Amino acid sequence: MLPIGHYLFLSLALFIIGAIGVITRRNVIVVLMSIELILNAVNINLVAFSRLYGDVAGQVFALFIIADAAAEAAVGLGIIIAFFRNRETVLADEMDLLKW
Amino acid sequence: MSIPFIDAIRGYLQGDGAVILPEMELTLFGLAVLLIGYPLDESVENNWFWKLLFKNFYAKAALAGTLFSGFTLWKLRGAVAASARGYLPGFHESVVVDSFFPFFATLFLAATALVILLSVKYLDIEEEQEGEYYALLLFACVGMMFMASGVDLIVMFLGLETMALSFYVLTGFLRREKRSNEASLKYVLLGAFSSGILAYGFSLIYGLSGTTNIRNISAVFNPRIGLARAIELSRQSGVMGSQMRQVLSAEYPAALHLEPSLLHQMPVLAAAAFVLIAVGLFFKVAAVPFHQWAPDVYEGAPTPVTTYVSVASKTASFALLLRLFLTVFAASQETWVYLIAGVAVASLTWGNLAALTQTNVKRLLAYSSIAHVGYILLGLVAWNETAFTGIAFYLLAYVFMTAGAFAVIIVLRQKGLIGEELEDLNGLYQRSPASALLLLIFMLSLAGIPPTAGFMGKYFIFLSLIETKHPVLAVFAVLYIVPALYYYFRIVVHAWLKAPGEAPRPVMSSAQAVALGVAVFVSLAAGLYPEPFTRLAHYAFGP
Repeated sequence: MLPIGHYLFLSLALFIIGAIGVITRRNVIVVLMSIELILNAVNINLVAFSRLYGDVAGQVFALFIIADAAAEAAVGLGIIIAFFRNRETVLADEMDLLKW
Repeated sequence: MSIPFIDAIRGYLQGDGAVILPEMELTLFGLAVLLIGYPLDESVENNWFWKLLFKNFYAKAALAGTLFSGFTLWKLRGAVAASARGYLPGFHESVVVDSFFPFFATLFLAATALVILLSVKYLDIEEEQEGEYYALLLFACVGMMFMASGVDLIVMFLGLETMALSFYVLTGFLRREKRSNEASLKYVLLGAFSSGILAYGFSLIYGLSGTTNIRNISAVFNPRIGLARAIELSRQSGVMGSQMRQVLSAEYPAALHLEPSLLHQMPVLAAAAFVLIAVGLFFKVAAVPFHQWAPDVYEGAPTPVTTYVSVASKTASFALLLRLFLTVFAASQETWVYLIAGVAVASLTWGNLAALTQTNVKRLLAYSSIAHVGYILLGLVAWNETAFTGIAFYLLAYVFMTAGAFAVIIVLRQKGLIGEELEDLNGLYQRSPASALLLLIFMLSLAGIPPTAGFMGKYFIFLSLIETKHPVLAVFAVLYIVPALYYYFRIVVHAWLKAPGEAPRPVMSSAQAVALGVAVFVSLAAGLYPEPFTRLAHYAFGP
């Protein structure tokens, strides 16, 4: 088994890439994808720790987070479609009706 | 006669099921509202009985759900008081009903009921009277109740997400309204981002402690000197090792499975976990510098949803924050108190100053609610019994006075008039003296002028700050009442002193009148005769 540090580094890298994506990207669909990256970083952490301790709670948590990510993507994409129908854009800097 | 299936259900309802019965009832009512499509709106027979039952059927069913759930909660509270340990655990101690839960659950149910009452006429005007809206209100309330009762990271996170996902949809409920679209899109992006950060913090905590139950986690964050060494010793063979193993398994069994190499990184990882969780929760309660979503969402959402987001979601996030900070992070309070104090002062400053120049009432109230977060966080800085009573009291007052203030804005919404700008309030006193008077009372309470609930809440917070020798923070907090008075009274001036324009006379529906009556009653009663409310607040953090 690989030492735990490897998994932690992978998940940290995913988390940072995701966070940078959320902050810098203009396209809201890419932002949504970056958020999924963050949630997958969480899953890697949970499963790695779960294996380290031989404790199943972490895997259960990871399953719930997968379900939650699916729900979030469904709601998020639904809202993006509703937005696109009215505004014909998916760019974050064109959301300017409300002062950002 | 005994039927195995029925017996199994009954056994469940007396065991684990009893602990989550209020949530189960709300869920069932929500599902019923979703499933029952009623074709009876226009074709309803002109019979008073049918009208009573089926006019606005969804709203009535949802309201009945909150009442049922409240009644069950009341009985549950009795069971908690009668129990030997002072709390009822369920589902392997992942959900707990203690005195903390009934207090917050009552606030959530009250907020849900108020919002349902305020929604009916508003949705009629917007022509969006759908059952899904009420079902989502109930589901959000279920999520909030799990946030208050969960003592397991998984349950807490799922409760938070149940609430947040319902709110994203509710915010965008006016599909054809561009501002509603935009608000919900901003909310879902920033909300999901903050949930991700929070989940990452949770995963680190799980990694540090090897458990998701917050009662066991707290042991990890207690300052322990030489634990890494002790664990390394216990892994050695020989007499020393086995003795150490015995000591550890008696004192702190979870440590036996900890990784020594991880343990050296423990302080860093623990600090990272704390910061991530704090950031996630600051997003949810809209504390500066993580508040950007709040004014936009408040402005763009349908006003009843704005009420719900500002009142219930904030209270629920504080319930979650308090539950975590009182157990997991309690031992390291001296370390993080500076972070909280900084965020509190920043929220007070930015919230109060940004509110000064707003012209949209909903946006103004958003900034004022950010300032209120600052006051509540100051209670965490003080960290004594008065402070906890103060936080609970403040949240109680905040729920009713903010709901009341938004309710007046909802009453102003008429066909062809949005009624959200300060100008729209002009001459409210001539047009509707009752609404103007109510508005005045809520503004006084929000500003913290006696004899209102808002004053008592602030009083407890200030008192606790002085008791714990934080005079500078107390002076800061008191000084910020001055700008608050200025912008709250701008609203009052528009309503009372400006000449009315062309705007029509607002008409209050009976449901709105009931909601306003409840809100104004609590806002005044908790200020004039605070004794029972103080006892209630004290009970929340009781034994």
